[in-house]
Order: sequence, then C-alpha cells, then structure tokens
Amino acid sequence: MSEIATLVIDRGGHFDRFAIPFESGQSVLDGLRHIRETVDPTLAFRYSCLNANACKECMMLLDGKVVYACTARLEGREMHLAPLPNKTLLRDLATVIAPPDERLR
Amino acid sequence: MRHLSCDVLVIGAGGAGMYAAIEAARNGAQVLLVDRSLIGRGGGTVMAQMTVAAAVGPEGTDHWRHHLADTLAAGRGLCDPALARLLCEDGVEVIRQMEAWKVGWARDGDHLRSVQAPGHDRPRCVYVDFLSTGPAVSKTLRGMVQRTPGITRLGDALVTDLVKQGGAVTGAVGVHIESGDVLTIGAKATIIATGGLTRLYRRNSASANMGGDGYALALRAGAELIDMEFVQFFPIGHLAPRLIGMDPIMWDPFRYKLGGRLLNGLGEEFVDRYGSTDSGRYVVTRDLATYAITKEVEAGRGSPHGGAWLSFRHIEPARLRDAFGPVIDRLAAAGIDLGRDDLEVAPTAHYHMGGIRVDTRMATGVPGLFAAGEAVGGANGANRLSGNAITEALAFGRAAGRSAAGWDSGIAFNAEAARPAIALAHAEGPAGETAALFAGLQAIMSDNVGPFRTAAGLAAARDAVHALRAQMGAVPPGKPRPHDLARVDWFDLRQSLLVAECVIVAAAARTESRGAHQREDYPSMDENWTRNQVLRLIDERLELSDRAVPV
Repeated sequence: MSEIATLVIDRGGHFDRFAIPFESGQSVLDGLRHIRETVDPTLAFRYSCLNANACKECMMLLDGKVVYACTARLEGREMHLAPLPNKTLLRDLATVIAPPDERLR
Repeated sequence: MRHLSCDVLVIGAGGAGMYAAIEAARNGAQVLLVDRSLIGRGGGTVMAQMTVAAAVGPEGTDHWRHHLADTLAAGRGLCDPALARLLCEDGVEVIRQMEAWKVGWARDGDHLRSVQAPGHDRPRCVYVDFLSTGPAVSKTLRGMVQRTPGITRLGDALVTDLVKQGGAVTGAVGVHIESGDVLTIGAKATIIATGGLTRLYRRNSASANMGGDGYALALRAGAELIDMEFVQFFPIGHLAPRLIGMDPIMWDPFRYKLGGRLLNGLGEEFVDRYGSTDSGRYVVTRDLATYAITKEVEAGRGSPHGGAWLSFRHIEPARLRDAFGPVIDRLAAAGIDLGRDDLEVAPTAHYHMGGIRVDTRMATGVPGLFAAGEAVGGANGANRLSGNAITEALAFGRAAGRSAAGWDSGIAFNAEAARPAIALAHAEGPAGETAALFAGLQAIMSDNVGPFRTAAGLAAARDAVHALRAQMGAVPPGKPRPHDLARVDWFDLRQSLLVAECVIVAAAARTESRGAHQREDYPSMDENWTRNQVLRLIDERLELSDRAVPV
C-alpha cells in the first residue's frame, strides 16, 4: 500500500511542492530521484551512490535539520527540504561541498 | 571556458584512478585527477563492502599461480591470461602496499586474515571489518593522493570527449558541473578509470556514476572494446524489505562466513538442483547462483518480490552478533531482526567483465590512451571470480600510472582539434525529459539484456535504444549553468546508449551460453565460441569481430 509524501523544496526564492507516492522504507533520495524522472529533470541535488550512504554527498536540510537524503525516510506528511545553509549554493538543493583544493581555481 | 594542462590526465577517482594517479606522480609526472563527483567517494570501490582476493597467505599456504588458476577457471576460457596473471601476481604487491599504507586489513596475529570466497580453492580473501573494505580502500588512497606531490585533484568535472591529433589522444573536453563551464584539458597521456556500466540496469549495486561513459570515450577515440556481452549479476542483492543506508550486496560475506541458507518461496534449498554443490561450503559461483534464483522465480517458486529468501535464523544470536558487529544494530534500526526475519534477495547488476582492450601496460593501442580497473576488459573473461575487482583496480591502476608517466607523443594539445567537442559542451537545446529517458534505458536493459537473453529480446532492445537516441535529440537541453542534472543526464545518455548498443550487439552475436552471458535460445556452451568479441566504432558505426583467445 502506498502513501503520499509532500516534498516542499526550497529552490532559491521560491518553493515547489511535489506529491510523491512511496512504499514504507523508501528514502528522501528515492523521492528526489522520482521527481527528476517524472516531473522535473532539472531539480538539482547531489548524490552518487544509491542509498548506500557511502558517497556522503546527499546532505541537505530536512525540516531544518541536516540529514543524508539517502538515510532519511519518506513520511506521509509535508517534508521541507532546503540546501545546506553554511555552504555556497549552486542551485536548488546542490551546494559546494568539495574541499577547496579539489575545486577549479 | 577554462583550460588545464598536465602530463597525465586520470579520469575517474575510484580505486584504479587514485592508484594510477599516485603511481604516475611517483614516476615524475604532473597528474590531474578528475572525477565527475567528489574525489574518492564515487565509483565502485567505495561501494565494495566485500572481500578482496590476493595470494597473501603465509609462505607455503598459497601462491598467485593458484589464484590465477581459479581466475582462469571462473572466466570460462575467455580470460586474457597475461592480464589475469598481472591481476593475480601484482595483486599480492598492491594488497601488501595497501597494508603498508594502513588500510587496516583484518589480521590473525602477524599475518593478514584470509577467508574463503566462492570459486577459490582455498581461503584467499582479505577484508576490513565491518563491511568497510571499500570505504577503507577509498579513504586510504584518498589520503595518499593528498600526500603525494604532483597530483592536482578536480571534482565535479565530467569528461565528455577525448581529443585526438595525428592519431594520438592529446587531452579531453568536459563540463565543469559545479559552474556549467566548459573545460579543455591538455595531457601527454590519458588514463580512463571510470569503472563499469552497471547504471544501465534498473537494479544495480554500484554508484549512479557508472553508466559506461569511459567505454564510450575510448570507443569514440578509436580504441577497441572486448567481451562487452559479459555483465555480472550479483545473485543475492538485497530486494526486500526496503533497506537504506546499506550496500545492496552486503549479505554475501555474512552468507559465506556464517552459512546463510538460500531458500525458494516454498522454503526449500534449491541451488543443488542446478548442477552445483551449494550446501555446506557455499562455493557456488555467481553465474550459477543467478541462474538458479532466476529459474526458481520463473517456475513460480520465488519469494513475494520476485527473488529468493536468505535466512540466518538457524544461527545462534551470539554468533550473529559476533559476525555482524555493529551492523546488527543498523539492521535493528531498519526493523530487521536476523533471528526472526528472512530477507529477500535477487540478482543485481554488479560488475562488467568486458571493457577497453589493453595490453599488460594498460595501453589501448591508441597512442596516449591508457585504461585501468573495471574499465578494462579481458582479465576476467566470461565471469569474474569473487574478490578480483578491487585487486584488479589497484594492480591495473598501478600499471597504468607507470606506463602513462613515461608517455609523450610529442604533440601539443590544440583547441582546434577539440572544436566539435567544445561546441557540443556549449550547445543549447530545448528542454527534454532526460532523467525519464535514462530510466527508459534501464528498463530496456533490465528486461531484455539481463543475465538471460534471446535473439528476439536483443533485437527489441536494439530498436528501443535507437528510438531513445532519436528522442534525446542532437544537443543537450537548456544552456550551460551550475549543477544542471538534465544536461548531465543528456551527456550520459549519449555515452550510455552507445555502450548499451555494444552490449546488445555482442550478446546477439554470441550464440551460446557461457558464464555471465546466458542465451535461452542457445542454452549450451559451444567450444567453437571460445573466442573474444571485439567492437570498434568506424564512421559512427559499430563493427564487431571475433578472435582467438590469447594464449
């Protein structure tokens, strides 16, 4: 049986709402990937492993708290997502998280 | 647009790429190590929680020749023996080198602890507890890369094309994902270390970055690909209940350590029915286990989500706790009690035996172009032996780094030669559903080009790939801007569709079943097919040929 999570995403000046059907246990990262595949392929967020919590790239704010999107679970309620506040914003939920000496200078 | 230059460009910062960068720099080269994601956090290595094979046992207990014999046997007659030997022989040195770099292999007193893994004639696999092998290897190499003078690291750099002048590769063009800027890179030598192609499949155990882009880069630059039909499916990838924050293939080491039971939907052991001996020692190879599970599901004896049950319920709680360590608490947090709950597992795309054709110097035959790690084809033939992937990454990375450090074609990078690639990286097109198209590709490959194939399914897959190519259009959507995944997906599709076609074309031509390539319409192995298939791209057209396996 699937429930609906409502992801409210801070996209730099405005918020977009996405209703995501999910099965129990699915991650916020699953929800974000679902949005890209079905609604908006330009939604920006970082990840490279898939729900393994190995790459540590998918950090963001969920309801004001820092989480990994791959270990936070979707819930049948409004969930507010925003980029990390202390990092340079690229777009949507993607921020600059690489060490300075791994960036283009 | 930004231009960078170096002696050696390494594309991909997993185990192979990082080792290659270290070795090239130690041999005097100025190295630029790029990754489309963060350095040392993407790719396959960091995901590998399993064991690593090398004949590092105490004197007299093992020898790399025994490891080689097992590797060749697993490869079903298709391994390039010289590459397989390099993996096994140099594997010993690189695993010891990693120990010296303090990776922290599990120990028994004064020697490394070696455990049994399927397909090996004796305990030969080292690991880092608990489920930390890949992360520990990545972290160790990341630290070494940082401490080795002569290496510049650059993340968020997606290489989209290699540049050729006078027949030699002289550098690359790419997109800086962070800014959207176009990059040109001049390099005397280039090493492709981008891993495999598991992202082509819906259910896979690697990172989202491994869509086979390195194969496409090599192919477009004139290199040959070999054994592209052989995709290894990991038989017991996690299927249900939904588990997050864990590697989907994590169950395997525990199954071998503890003797987890594989059961069908009726609760019966079944692997023995498929001509293998699974009970007791758990030595069944991956292709046979994948076959057995798939056939049980087809016969209506699968688990509820379409796989098999894996059970640890017969193991005493204290032994479970001892073997799983802190992992058991992470499982408990996910609502899984191994003393009470069985798990559903199913075949998952895990590794690609095929890849870029190289010699033992990791040279591709195109001057200035080298490859390393999973991106290389040939060492593992039709089926990779458990534990060989990290060993291959490290041993081949080292070889590639050494070879590339000494290479200079004497031709300086000229942006004029890069003009079409630069134009494409700058191109602006209409919005497109690129993420949906990629999901479509995964569906095609999973449904028709999985472990079991038919002529009809492969033909349908090829048509569907052509249809996707028409849908994606000739230019990326939108215009260059920071972190635009829709554009990144477009560049990925361009490469992945070509690579998918390589797998399909080679699979359609191989009218037999061998190792990871199983044809429902040709169910037996055919001695006449003890040959390698090779693909080239000539005038935008794939050309397939076959040749005798090297002696």
